[in-house]
Amino acid sequence: MTPFTKHRGIVATLSRANVDTDAIIPKQFLKSIKRTGYGPNAFFDWRYTADGQPDPKFELNQDRFAGRSILATRNNFGCGSSREHAVWALAQDGYRVIIAPWVERDGKRLPGFADIFRSNTTKNGILAIELPETDVDTIFASVAEHHGLEATVDLTSQQLILHSPEPAVFHFDIETSAKDQLLKGLDGIDLTLAHADAIDRFERDHETWL
Amino acid sequence: MGITLFDKIWSAHVVRDLPDGTSLLYIDRHLVHEVTSPQAFEGLRLAGRRIRRPELTFATMDHNVPTTPDRLDIADPVSRAQMEALKANCDEFGIPLYGLGDERQGIVHVIGPELGLTLPGLTIVCGDSHTSTHGAFGALAFGIGTSEVEHVLVTQTLVQRKPGSFRVEFTGRPGPHIFSKDMVLRMIGLIGTAGGTGYVLEYGGEAVRALSMEARMSICNMSIEAGARAGMIAPDETTFDYVAREKRPFAPGEEDFERALSHWRSLPSDDDALYDRTLTIDTAALAPQVTWGTNPGMVIDVDQVIPEPDDLPGYSREDVTKALDYMGLSPGTRLTDVDVDVVFIGSCTNSRIEDLRQAAAVLDGRRKAEHVELLVVPGSEQVRRQAEAEGLDRIFKDAGAQWRFAGCSMCLGMNPDQLRPQQRCASTSNRNFEGRQGKGGRTHLVSPEMAAAAAVAGRFVDIRTWLES
Ligand code: SF4
Repeated sequence: MTPFTKHRGIVATLSRANVDTDAIIPKQFLKSIKRTGYGPNAFFDWRYTADGQPDPKFELNQDRFAGRSILATRNNFGCGSSREHAVWALAQDGYRVIIAPWVERDGKRLPGFADIFRSNTTKNGILAIELPETDVDTIFASVAEHHGLEATVDLTSQQLILHSPEPAVFHFDIETSAKDQLLKGLDGIDLTLAHADAIDRFERDHETWL
Repeated sequence: MGITLFDKIWSAHVVRDLPDGTSLLYIDRHLVHEVTSPQAFEGLRLAGRRIRRPELTFATMDHNVPTTPDRLDIADPVSRAQMEALKANCDEFGIPLYGLGDERQGIVHVIGPELGLTLPGLTIVCGDSHTSTHGAFGALAFGIGTSEVEHVLVTQTLVQRKPGSFRVEFTGRPGPHIFSKDMVLRMIGLIGTAGGTGYVLEYGGEAVRALSMEARMSICNMSIEAGARAGMIAPDETTFDYVAREKRPFAPGEEDFERALSHWRSLPSDDDALYDRTLTIDTAALAPQVTWGTNPGMVIDVDQVIPEPDDLPGYSREDVTKALDYMGLSPGTRLTDVDVDVVFIGSCTNSRIEDLRQAAAVLDGRRKAEHVELLVVPGSEQVRRQAEAEGLDRIFKDAGAQWRFAGCSMCLGMNPDQLRPQQRCASTSNRNFEGRQGKGGRTHLVSPEMAAAAAVAGRFVDIRTWLES
């Protein structure tokens, strides 16, 4: 896996909450037995018209987002199906960073990303950044105002810098393990195999009822 | 302080706590299907790795399989290639496969319990979000991505951060024609599709204790629709009876059963166990639930009207407007005034024998409306044979339904069963996302009785009053 340390790129916005993985990569593309080739099919049903042309109504098709590699979106991104194909599609479509807000409802903090999706991102070198809703609103507003707005994401210092005329800096939190895995581009299986003796020992008297 | 069911299973499976606060968790059962596994097997091959415990790994084909009688002859070459890949992988790595044509084939979450693979106290994973279904037995069961599938194949473990615990208490007893599907849809309506994210839900209370295993599975199945990592229900006599019934090939045999039973009886949460969050839902007041939007949290009582875009807590005006637009509905409408084109009875939520009996009871002596297409798809080949032995297939066919072979079918339309654009479907499945059942298709989630009644009436009805009229 390619390590993730620092990334600079154009920010695109998708203002929808609860974007599910069926929308990110529709089922017909799940029949592939490969890990590649999903990029052009990301957001397929929204992205293309019935005759296969880019749909001008879809936000991410705007010219000003050409070459984007950072996606800012709304809460609960990646909910639904566990399909890792959704993350492969985003990665292969050029996204390295996804930003979503955690929101507060009835005193409860609801996360920006669905669980399985978030864990799939880390395993594919995509950085999922969760920020307070007001920060994400600021990013949406800046992107709307400045065409081709870029941002720099520095994972080591856990900072996102929006290169608007008046630069804005946001700090983000990330789990130590995810940060480590991304920074070093580590393979999770290798990491676990380092504990092989512990697994051997555990298995010796663990009952699986088979 | 008491310990929860979840805590007991978790701590019995921690191989090692890691310095960053995560844990290496041992996995007892790994279920595999054709869609999310090929890239994992390919990864194994490329790295020259072996499968650590093939005997704890079990595979089936469900998502792609056609459900018509000519199903063995798969027309779609891409689907066929995916199924052939699973067969080849299972052969190469020595994994038992309940493939197309096998008498135990079926939806992975239906056959696990049938085969006795799903047992109280186990950790169970599958590259499929509805793995939460198996929690109905008092197991810790959750969906994983393909990279994690590969991780489990090689190490029989997963690295996990311990989720929080969330108790959902269903008090009282629901009235007639109210099912566990209505209970769980109501819950998702209350907490939202992210309300359970980061938690393991434990369902309890009088109404849950009274449920059959089939009905419990429908609730746990939809835990993921609330964003939860897993859903679980403490095992009790209902659970033990189910496991002991019908000679399940992988359930503990006579010599082990007593020992297993005493372990299982130690699992339920202690009375004084504390949870990170709790929610109480009174089931006595529950009405049949119907979704109107494009996620399972957009749900109302059948006799309510579709909300105004500004009146929906937790959603922006823009989101609600998009959902209504996609569904071809307007605020203030009653769903009982809305016609359906297709009725789908099936999926890992509601395709077990009891679900089919409920649908058949409504369809018995009745006929579907002329304009409605009615599909009844058993969750497994075993359910199909059981239904046929009970004569349910006759009732379905006499009512004008298509009676099919086992598979995911129109739950996700990866196989030939799909909605056409703008077709409106009353479905017993679990997801009403845009395009889920076919591009442009409009899905309304309901219980099996509500689906069957919609097929007869040609529109949504309030099952409680409609049956009497
Ligand atoms: S029936 Fe539907 S939800 Fe269940 S496993 Fe199949 S596709 Fe997934």
